[in-house]
Amino acid sequence: MAAHHLAQLNIARLRAPLDDPALADFVAQLPEINALAERTPGYIWRLQDDSGDATALRPFGPDVIVNLTVWESVEALRTFTYRTDHLASLRRRRDWFLPMETPHLVLWWHPAGTLPDVAEAAARLEALRHNGPAPEAFTLRVPFPAPAPSALP
Amino acid sequence: MSLEALGALREPLRRAVYEFVVARAEPVGRNEVADGVGIGRTLAAFHLDKLAEAGLLDTSYAKRSGGPGAGRPAKLYHRSDAEHAVSLPPRDYRLLATVLAAAVERAGAEPALYAAAREQGAELAGGDLMPRLTELGYEPYEDAGHTIRLRNCPFHALAQSHPGLVCGLNLALLEGLGADARLDPGPAGCCVALTSKNKSD
Repeated sequence: MAAHHLAQLNIARLRAPLDDPALADFVAQLPEINALAERTPGYIWRLQDDSGDATALRPFGPDVIVNLTVWESVEALRTFTYRTDHLASLRRRRDWFLPMETPHLVLWWHPAGTLPDVAEAAARLEALRHNGPAPEAFTLRVPFPAPAPSALP
Repeated sequence: MSLEALGALREPLRRAVYEFVVARAEPVGRNEVADGVGIGRTLAAFHLDKLAEAGLLDTSYAKRSGGPGAGRPAKLYHRSDAEHAVSLPPRDYRLLATVLAAAVERAGAEPALYAAAREQGAELAGGDLMPRLTELGYEPYEDAGHTIRLRNCPFHALAQSHPGLVCGLNLALLEGLGADARLDPGPAGCCVALTSKNKSD
């Protein structure tokens, strides 16, 4: 097994509450999109609560939803994001989400076999915001390779 | 480099070889090119290698099954991913497009972008769809399921860096053109597919 997996956080500021008709299409598609992610090769994990998604978790503010996932590789995440029906949702994101002044997506390499938490994800996003893309916190547009496996056992 | 690369296409026979290769979905060997263009194999190989040297074609090796040379890896050629553009005097519209794309994302102006693309598509509309798509650089072909697929994305570089934005723009442009278009992203090629109006069944 690879020593590191790719962790991914993205956040989105809702135009309206999730039960508002303006968000109905997004809410309706969510189970499909989550299922699509789960069957995309290279998918490992996503943050969810008892409802099966993470939309009730609001650590970034009352109107900011969170998506925290783990993948085998940047390529796997890229394929899901841009080369599946997820692309259709991405095209419509402005119907549902407000633009954000600071980065809303961050990637980093996480030790395989453990799971990232929201606090760490928030710190990574903050690092990206302050330093720009770097090995500790980067983007799909400017990716960095996984750390080389340690020579020690 | 780009001027030299495009200069390599000035020779009509070499250009015919290039056009034969790029029209194929799969990499091709020199024998197929020789037969397709109607020249000898040595001459075909000569032009293929010149095109590869100029960066217009990329090469790979694969074992051929059956026929002469079976089992021996054959050198295959396909269109290079590199883009060649020449502008005199120098202009850099890709850099401009990248900046504009970043601004659209920052402002959340995607709906305005799609609307503008749809209007531009309508201005470009006219004549039969397939020749129009060809003129616009999409390299369309109809697959076995009567779906028109686009072998080339005219906005490839920007679609790589800003996929959500550019695929959305492309969809709107093609809708504006009068096509029955939808997003249908696969592992490769353009993310937009069109429904053919020539359904035979």
